Amino acid sequence: MNIVVCVKQIPDPAAPPAIDEANGTLARSGKLVMDDSDSYGVEMALQLAEQAGGGEVTLVSMAPNGETSGLRTALAMGAAKAILVSDEALAGSDALATAKVLARAVGRVKPDLIVAATESTDGYTGTTPVQLAELLGFPSITFAKQISVSDGKLAVQRQTEVGYDEVECQLPAVVTVTAGVVEPRYPSFKGIMAAKSKPVDQLTLSDLGLDASEVGATGSGQEVLSVVDAPQRASGEIIVDDGEAHQRVVQFLQELKLV
Amino acid sequence: MAVGRVLVVVESVGGQALPASLELLTEARSIAGNVDAIAWGAGGAASLAGEVGGYGAARLFDVGDVGDSLPGPVVAGAISGIVASGDAPEVILIPTTYDCRDIAGRLSVKINRPVITNVIDLEAGDDGIRSVHSLFGGTQIATARFTGDKPWIFVVRAKSFAPLQSGGPAAEVIPVQPGDLDATGAATITSHHVESQTGPKLDEADVVVSGGRGLGTKEAYAMVEELAELLKGAAGASRAIVDAGWVPYARQVGQTGKTVKPTVYIACGISGATQHLVGMKGAKHIIAINKDQEAPIFSVADVGVVGDVHQVMPKLIEAIKALA
Repeated sequence: MNIVVCVKQIPDPAAPPAIDEANGTLARSGKLVMDDSDSYGVEMALQLAEQAGGGEVTLVSMAPNGETSGLRTALAMGAAKAILVSDEALAGSDALATAKVLARAVGRVKPDLIVAATESTDGYTGTTPVQLAELLGFPSITFAKQISVSDGKLAVQRQTEVGYDEVECQLPAVVTVTAGVVEPRYPSFKGIMAAKSKPVDQLTLSDLGLDASEVGATGSGQEVLSVVDAPQRASGEIIVDDGEAHQRVVQFLQELKLV
Repeated sequence: MAVGRVLVVVESVGGQALPASLELLTEARSIAGNVDAIAWGAGGAASLAGEVGGYGAARLFDVGDVGDSLPGPVVAGAISGIVASGDAPEVILIPTTYDCRDIAGRLSVKINRPVITNVIDLEAGDDGIRSVHSLFGGTQIATARFTGDKPWIFVVRAKSFAPLQSGGPAAEVIPVQPGDLDATGAATITSHHVESQTGPKLDEADVVVSGGRGLGTKEAYAMVEELAELLKGAAGASRAIVDAGWVPYARQVGQTGKTVKPTVYIACGISGATQHLVGMKGAKHIIAINKDQEAPIFSVADVGVVGDVHQVMPKLIEAIKALA
């Protein structure tokens, strides 16, 4: 079974976030890392490919400046190869434009299954995987907490407000996974070394047959008008626990008539 | 009015519209002269006509019973049919729920229009509607707008508006069809599973007690659940412990998770990453217990206890039990 995992390379979440003054979007010029949210999809895909007894996991990503450091992390975990779409004209692409690019790239692999995170950590629009499914004409099951595949059929436990639903569909299909559902493996030293020589196919818009007017800031049909500081919430009373600090909490709850 | 016609996607459970949809119907009345709703449900959505009419919808497009299908492709198909019919709304408002996010994604492609998600407010401007967003844990506010053709699709976070009835008459029910979905509509639900859940829902509770990495172990989350139960509240979680697999995603409070606005929010062993703050800083009162005095959670807390949750929480639980 051949599986594509959509991987987003994002600015390091541990670093202070920055806004690009020119267009009000998130600055992406610095070093990029693999979004932690995608590590669960990569792990899930590797497990499914192993269980199916064959096939490979291909990463698909879109990033500025031909950035591959995040992809190398997923390749070190065990993915076989990657496709990276990188083109100056892609800067400022929104979720729909991104989905159009990913759809063309995924079309080159013809996978049985496409795995993505529920939403990215940086932009968290949360619609790209379903837009991708619609563009490809595939069914999709979002918010998966468990996935199995047998006889060409995908079976998913889908998170709901009160528990989960069992949902099924035929392949090919798109599935999005929530975080915490599997334990992502740590790349081994051998894996890290092997990742350096795994193929990363770098493509441009023209390779995919897409016009620059359909993507990037021009193709996205939305703009950020302003980013300003929010009013701050006044901080209150801070007490260091001396063994009795819980009494202050009880008193506060009593003032609010909650106990 | 900033726009002529708004369509609100109304999700319902057990024949009742979700509060998030009623919030959007309320807001729709202040930005548009004409408000319509679209809904689906077992046995059809006509039973919602009175409720959505009472919040200002003049017409209710009834997708009917979607059976065991996931609603996303079906409802998106029906909306794209309405758009193509020449009776197109200028703005489509969609609540941030599991199923409605699917609808937004499918619809975006069907009508080839972008989406703006994570909206927390809408403003009427001379040039139409602007959306407001909370960034970086609520420290910054961004305003955005669409620059392309209508309809404009906004996906709005729950609790962004207070629901208010209009006292309007029942909406006129108009049946609509999803059209041909082919493989995109193939996903079907084979069974439902309800995990044990007691007390109020996380996003409706008056008191929310949440736990984070500072709890140290999955087992320690039981203290969070016990305190929540004692206060007749709901138990929530930070992303860190959801990612660690300690509690399911449905419990997550934050940017990637639920927005809660309880009377009191009690953060236990949560440092207050921007990811988390954006989901809970709208609480009326905030109590924080964390051993790191420098933790950002203390910058939003009314009462902050610098201490170990393993010391403070058991005593707090015992003291509240003693009062009961």
